[in-house]
Amino acid sequence: MFTRIISISVKEFRQIFRDKRSLLIIFLLPVSLLALFGYAISIDVENIKLGVFDKDNSETSRKYLSSLDASAYFTITDHIRNDNEVNELLNNGKIYAAIVIPDNFEKEIQSDKNVMIQYIVDGVDASTAGIVQNYLLAVTYQFNSKIVTEELSRKGIKSVTPLNAEMQFWYNKDLDSTLFFIPGLIAMILIIITVILTSISLVREKEFSTIEQIRISPVSSLQLILGKITPYLILSLFIAASILLMGGILFGVEVKGSYMDLFIGTVCYLLATLSMGVFISTIAESQQVAFQISQLISQLPTIIFSGFIFPIESMPYFIQLLSNITPSKYFIIILRNILIKGTELSVYIDQIYFLLIFSAIFIFISAIRIKREQMT
Amino acid sequence: MDTAVSVKNIMKKFGEVTALNDISFNIKKNKIFGLVGPDGAGKTTLIRIMCGLLKADSGEVDFSGIESAGSKGKIKNEIGYLSQKFSLYTDLTVDENIEFIADIHGVKNYQTRRDELLQFTRLKDFRHFQAGKLSGGMKQKLALACTLIYRPKIIFLDEPTTGVDPVSRREFWIILSGLLKENITILISTPYMDEAERFNYIVMMNNGKLISEGTPAEIKAALNMTVMEIVCIPVRDAYKILKKNVRSDVQMFGDRLNLIF
Repeated sequence: MFTRIISISVKEFRQIFRDKRSLLIIFLLPVSLLALFGYAISIDVENIKLGVFDKDNSETSRKYLSSLDASAYFTITDHIRNDNEVNELLNNGKIYAAIVIPDNFEKEIQSDKNVMIQYIVDGVDASTAGIVQNYLLAVTYQFNSKIVTEELSRKGIKSVTPLNAEMQFWYNKDLDSTLFFIPGLIAMILIIITVILTSISLVREKEFSTIEQIRISPVSSLQLILGKITPYLILSLFIAASILLMGGILFGVEVKGSYMDLFIGTVCYLLATLSMGVFISTIAESQQVAFQISQLISQLPTIIFSGFIFPIESMPYFIQLLSNITPSKYFIIILRNILIKGTELSVYIDQIYFLLIFSAIFIFISAIRIKREQMT
Repeated sequence: MDTAVSVKNIMKKFGEVTALNDISFNIKKNKIFGLVGPDGAGKTTLIRIMCGLLKADSGEVDFSGIESAGSKGKIKNEIGYLSQKFSLYTDLTVDENIEFIADIHGVKNYQTRRDELLQFTRLKDFRHFQAGKLSGGMKQKLALACTLIYRPKIIFLDEPTTGVDPVSRREFWIILSGLLKENITILISTPYMDEAERFNYIVMMNNGKLISEGTPAEIKAALNMTVMEIVCIPVRDAYKILKKNVRSDVQMFGDRLNLIF
């Protein structure tokens, strides 16, 4: 039983290491994908460019503006002199938001009147605009309370803030969105590579009819599948390790949970994705078709349904049900637990079971399909 | 019992087309058995059914003549198959290909046998070459060596000499005759009538039917007609022209035509 699996694996390893293209996919693609996506996917808002139309040009208005400029979120890049310029700068995308301070800003504040500051924000990207809105409001409220405190203390009244909310962010202290995305990225890179490699390697045996020599031998379809999966499982574990290492160097990802749990979770996930690849090879007749199906089946659901970018909880119920078909959803939960939270295996044991059941089902169906294929 | 394999009433249809129509014959042990017929006669389909790569609609292939006393599943180790298309790994070396086939058939200590076979097929100097870099004739010999590594009792060769140069073809035949000494039964399919002389027993097929069987001498006597072999290029065009203008039977055999009158 096992000697046949090993001999297929040994053969597979020889072929992989002799094929420069698959070596490139295995050793270069994962790390470059990580760097590329890791830097590109980030919804942290930093250095938003502001244009300022300060009609008042008083001490108070300058104080307010410098409090904006001082935060890491905003940079004042342009000083605007007339209304046309506001349009022009926003249209050209040179600034993200324009601030218009009315001409008797200081005077009205001092006479305890309510002053309106106008913000004109580029609303094309709804989520960034929302975040910018919140930041701007926060800065404004802070400035407000400073004025109120000063005013009161001048009148000899001690100011009291009855309610204060103190936030503590657990697990991802700095609310670094890259840290949140890394588990999804690892899941996506691994699923793409493993599904493509296994499906193509099995379809190639069909295309070059090398599978016939295996079919007339006593090798069973299960042995063939396991013999094919084993080398890719070992290689993918190396890929996973290299991604994690690069994630540590580039984005400061660290493993807060145990390495043993991480290993178990990764092996279960890889079994699931590899068995998907095997299954695809039983439907595809050419390497090209296998490649395309693999990409479609691995990449799309991982991006949309896995909770990688869009939270599953806010999806319609039907889509939530649909999201259960992708193993990456489960692996992302496991990874977030291990990498960011550092929780115990018992917390995500259900996900581990799911991945194992998923693999078993796909391997079983593929074994039957391969057996049936032999006879037609 | 000198019958190695008996084929009993094999039927096979592909959609509407009847590929094999009630084929029955016996293959005698330790002989070279010839399956002769033009392209499209059903030779490959029949061989694939005999190897277990294809399921027949009805009928059976009985291997009881060569089956060893052990379990029935072992029969796969008694059968060798050389398909028309080269089906070994072009990116593995000669040695590695043989090793792989030996491994999946559960052959331990194959090294001595491998050296013997490489000597026998004169591939020894090429053992570290990747199979894809070998010539057509050498690939064919490598495929044979791979099959012989697990010492099957019967080997099925599907047009092994088609597309191989005449010198390699002759050499291949010498190697095959040498195999009979090792108690191996050989079935070969070929479209070439001139090769038919080399068989111990022949089954002639056309359009999925068995048309005659016997020793080469018997076949010749029974035919009682003249067969004219025409080697020409392009053979397909010549076939169409002859078919249209000549009354007698024209058959296409790979790179040549047979005119029977």
